[in-house]
Amino acid sequence: MSGSQLPVERFDANARDALGDPVLRGALRRATDLFGERRRAAIDDVGADDFEALRDHARAIKDATLAHLDVHLERFVAQAEARGAKVHWARTGDEACELLAGLCAGAGAKTVVKSKSMTTEEIELGAALEAHGLRSIETDLGEWIIQQAGEVPSHIIVPAIHKTKAQIAALFADKLGTDPEADEKALTAAARDVLRREFAAAEVGISGVNFAVAETGSILILENEGNARFTTSLPKVHIAVMGIEKVVPRFEDLAVFLKLLPRSGTGQHLTSYQSILTGPKQDPSADGPEELHIVVLDNGRSRFLDQAVTRASLACIRCGACLNACPVYQQVGGHAYGSVYPGPIGAVITPQLVGVGKASQLPYASSLCGACREVCPVRIDIPALLLHLRQEVTEGHEPSGSPFGAQRRPAKRGERLGFRLWSFGVRGRLRYEWGSALARFGQRLVVRGGYVGKVGALLSRLAPPLGAWTGTRDLRGLAPRSFRARWRQELRHQELRRQGLTPSGGER
Amino acid sequence: MRVALYVTCLVDQVWPSVGEAAVRVLRSAGCEVDFDPRATCCGQPAYNTGYHDQARPQARQWIESFEHSGAEWAVLPSGSCAAMVHHYPRLFERGDPWRGRAEAFAERAKELCGFLVDVLGVDDLGARCPARVTWHDACHGLRELGLRDEPRRLLGKVADLELIEMEGADQCCGFGGTFSVKYPELSTAIVDRKCESVAATDADYVVSGDVSCLMQIEGRLRRIGSTTRAVHVAEVLAGMVPARQQETSA
Repeated sequence: MSGSQLPVERFDANARDALGDPVLRGALRRATDLFGERRRAAIDDVGADDFEALRDHARAIKDATLAHLDVHLERFVAQAEARGAKVHWARTGDEACELLAGLCAGAGAKTVVKSKSMTTEEIELGAALEAHGLRSIETDLGEWIIQQAGEVPSHIIVPAIHKTKAQIAALFADKLGTDPEADEKALTAAARDVLRREFAAAEVGISGVNFAVAETGSILILENEGNARFTTSLPKVHIAVMGIEKVVPRFEDLAVFLKLLPRSGTGQHLTSYQSILTGPKQDPSADGPEELHIVVLDNGRSRFLDQAVTRASLACIRCGACLNACPVYQQVGGHAYGSVYPGPIGAVITPQLVGVGKASQLPYASSLCGACREVCPVRIDIPALLLHLRQEVTEGHEPSGSPFGAQRRPAKRGERLGFRLWSFGVRGRLRYEWGSALARFGQRLVVRGGYVGKVGALLSRLAPPLGAWTGTRDLRGLAPRSFRARWRQELRHQELRRQGLTPSGGER
Repeated sequence: MRVALYVTCLVDQVWPSVGEAAVRVLRSAGCEVDFDPRATCCGQPAYNTGYHDQARPQARQWIESFEHSGAEWAVLPSGSCAAMVHHYPRLFERGDPWRGRAEAFAERAKELCGFLVDVLGVDDLGARCPARVTWHDACHGLRELGLRDEPRRLLGKVADLELIEMEGADQCCGFGGTFSVKYPELSTAIVDRKCESVAATDADYVVSGDVSCLMQIEGRLRRIGSTTRAVHVAEVLAGMVPARQQETSA
């Protein structure tokens, strides 16, 4: 019953649909405003200066780790295996799904419980397990809601951010037979009842990983509901799935990220639960799984690593702060991006995962306002990465051996021609002045009282940007006299007079 | 002090009173102002859309212009175009002599408010503006150049001006260059939120440091029938913004 993404190629159409949904927009506005406020309060609590120092520290750890990722990963694997975990490598999402399905079959599983993990969303694990005849149950409340609704998450830490309480109550009434007027408490209790039974039945628990510590072979999982702790301790087999970028060198590094991630994401000082897991249980009478498997996934990440510019996107700790702060995300939500990773960081990561040609609209799904960079706990310069990807879209080509070699970049003929013409017009002073004089003459057709109102269908076709602008906004026309004309005729002379010269007197 | 004024192409062609205001403000702050008509557009539209090959000649044009000007500083009545100049080095490979020239230019390029307050140490230009105004932080001035207090300090010294902070003054207006026409519905949804915040202040004028944002906000305000007008901070500082009788909408 897994949902599917909207087409990543059509951010424009997806966004238009989202804008036409006032309930969605109301839910998004309330939630993103609230998370923004909580984040600010949680940071004030640390002190802004200390928080800035933490951000620097976190990024330095990430950069240093990424520079020698192989070394840190190998150390992590050696340590984890020394503690009894079994580590598996997966190059692609499909390979990871096959591997996981095989591990589940080996454990004789019929029911699998999952705690929230974007990496497993990325590889579409839920659908893969179902295809192998397994029941895969999401246990994070938001994820479970999404699964019941047959949708996909629209936020990386708040999967059901786009849903209102009323919609959830209606969904529960339909699926569980609860009172359609039930309040949050009753709804949560109803979900808990169902989920407790699933936890008890499941043979395998699958989780993600927030951080993997090379020094000790431990994994850290952050959550607020206790479902991840159940997932990783009740079933006799626990499988953790992590991207290669999740490793940090030292145990003490966790202290830095623990101060940053919850504050940035949900505005919490700390998540309600932090589970640091090191190997399976050692003592048969203790709690915990008998087997711990860790699946280390590449799925394109080593390609990001190869490029100095895009490598920075591997520093992302998936806190979701940039989504909440983004004026585009605030309006359209996550589904419009057509990717498991939405928002500003998603617009950077997705084209790298699925190909710049296919996701060519996403780097443009930003006003480049920089709010994302301002809130990013690891200081990823997202606007700079978007600019880089825009250049990839217009001027780049797939390197040889790229898995996206068969993809075509958009031709953008009209836009390309437009910029060539523009470039011709602004490269020299005379062309620019003649060009603007011509435009000044031509605009008399459409300018009324200094402004262009909504233009007709014909003009919209001839000059699409003009139609696009004036559909909803008046456009200030070119001024009757340019600044440069005023400068030549008056302003410059005032300067000369100030220096005791006259216009006709020439330079001294 | 000799400054080269780069009014930007939008000011030059669409909103020339901003350039005139910048000239007046800089002169009243004691600067000798030069303007080079060979400098046209900074190249930002092409750069931000991914056409670096078309942006590069503009970078060269502006770098040469500034080198010939002999001015100490380049001043721009736009945070966005000033930030673009700061991006110029990225258009040239390491080892390309243009890169060093771009870096030298970037170090001398300042947005008007930042130049007045941080370089000249001036905040009172003796202007008067008997009106209620609200300030919109243009994103690039705020987040690329770090200008938050400078314009507020300058506006704070304008006689009879009442500055009312709007909610989310630092939220984007949704312009974003070609974003505004690539995703017009989205761009409009974002500016609608800005217009809501402006309306809540009941201001006569919304003031900002970038005419691009002002064109977006003004364009939407006019379309929805608001009586609030958009003006550039340079126009306020030059004393060019008249008092307004609150027009009652019909």
